[in-house]
Amino acid sequence: MMSIFIFKVILVVAVFAISLFMAAYSTYAERKVAAFMQDRIGPDRAGPFGLLQPLADGLKLFMKEEIIPSVSNKFLFVLGPCLFMITALMTGVVIPWGDSLTFGGVEYKLQITDINIGILYVFGVVSIGVYGIMIGGWASNNKFSLLGAIRASAQMISYEIAMGFSIITLVMMTGTLSLKEISVFQSGGIDGHWNFWNVVYQPFSFLIFIICAFAECNRAPFDLPECETELVGGYHTEFSSMKLGLYLFAEYINMFISSAIISTLFFGGYNFPFMHDLGLDANIITILGTIALFTKIIFFIFFFMWIRWTIPRFRYDQLMNLGWKGLLPLSILNLVITGAVILYFNK
Amino acid sequence: MQALTQRSKIVSDKKMTFLERIYLPAILGGVMITIKHMFKRSATVRYPEKEREFSEIYRGHHVLKRDDKGAERCTACGLCAVSCPAEAITMVAAERNKGEENLYREEKYAATYEINMLRCIFCGLCEEACPKEAIFLTDRIVVTDYGRDSFIYGKDKLVEPVDARIDVSKRQTKEVLEFKKLKQLTHNK
Repeated sequence: MMSIFIFKVILVVAVFAISLFMAAYSTYAERKVAAFMQDRIGPDRAGPFGLLQPLADGLKLFMKEEIIPSVSNKFLFVLGPCLFMITALMTGVVIPWGDSLTFGGVEYKLQITDINIGILYVFGVVSIGVYGIMIGGWASNNKFSLLGAIRASAQMISYEIAMGFSIITLVMMTGTLSLKEISVFQSGGIDGHWNFWNVVYQPFSFLIFIICAFAECNRAPFDLPECETELVGGYHTEFSSMKLGLYLFAEYINMFISSAIISTLFFGGYNFPFMHDLGLDANIITILGTIALFTKIIFFIFFFMWIRWTIPRFRYDQLMNLGWKGLLPLSILNLVITGAVILYFNK
Repeated sequence: MQALTQRSKIVSDKKMTFLERIYLPAILGGVMITIKHMFKRSATVRYPEKEREFSEIYRGHHVLKRDDKGAERCTACGLCAVSCPAEAITMVAAERNKGEENLYREEKYAATYEINMLRCIFCGLCEEACPKEAIFLTDRIVVTDYGRDSFIYGKDKLVEPVDARIDVSKRQTKEVLEFKKLKQLTHNK
């Protein structure tokens, strides 16, 4: 019992550290990917290939002057970035980072907690995240910040519905809300049972989900809450120093977590093809599975960046049109069809 | 009215088709373009380590030439200052004293000669105007600085050192070299 407790503590710290690490290096990757796509070379001065750039950026943010506007609500002004960061870090708890390792007869699950409403938990926490933006934007007492905050919350509400509907199809298929069980459902190979990744069964759900994920993470082409050309910096216009750093950082953590959730829900999570036919030790398969999961996550982070440097920003009315008139009906239709198909096959 | 170029396009505001309205084919096209660029060679030159190659006739930092014996060619006639569209050149003329024949080529010379490098547009008209082949633009870079005053270059920076001549043969066209062969002209004596 004690060993499992210690293991969980280690896992919590590891997930925390990995989230921060991935966020830091996402900023670096973002600049590199942007550079490569624009025929440039990007940051290459700090360390070999510029690998120390995130450290330099972090140090710079710490050294900057901390400004709290005198007209702002100071408590809420500080609360905003904290809340955003906390919620960003909280979602990593339910994601299954791998199967289980067995040492000395004790099974260690590579998931901090497998609550049976995993997806709902993620949705709930992500929804709280928008309060970080809203509170920060409102407390700045600046019209650009307020507009950014309003946009963020409106966007969040519009896209969360379609996202929820696209998830319900998965829940209907698998009959569970637990992310772990959804992962297990996708584990399979040639040996007797043919289980494919959910994206094979639910391509439309995946499409809707990933579009909504872009909107939820405030990433281009849906980065209207912080759109520089219209709103200076959006909700973080008034923020400086590490408070700004927390916002920017938390956004990259959100991106990492959504990549992890997309991989888990639609791309098999820690499962990889033919994993049960290799005849390897269970522990080795678990480690390979974790590597596979991180490969998928890194691919999706790259995908996020790839889209960002390809597509221009949507106009606000286009964003709302797409959300309410495009994705919502499509997701409901998808839901109905999935229901009909399940009913037909289970009769 | 006749079009100036063949590139103009007639624009229309027709309704988007279904495929255009769902954006996805267009997004796919865009995504393919950006991924192609990821594997292209970048155009960046890592500057302090590597310098971009200059064009042969690059117009940079001016030089005031000396003749073969090391005397300054400039006679302070002021034609360069007149021709300068940016009014960057100023000079003060002085008369040559006895015993300074090895310093100045002709009886009149420029006591001070200043080019304001912030005004200069490096057009090369001064060099074109110069009847004495005294001023040339070279392929040297005007280095950056923090203040404005240091950009007013005097004779100390402009006149070429006797022992370190600056080659300007690239700036002289074929016609000029041809012209210089005509020894009967006073210019070439």
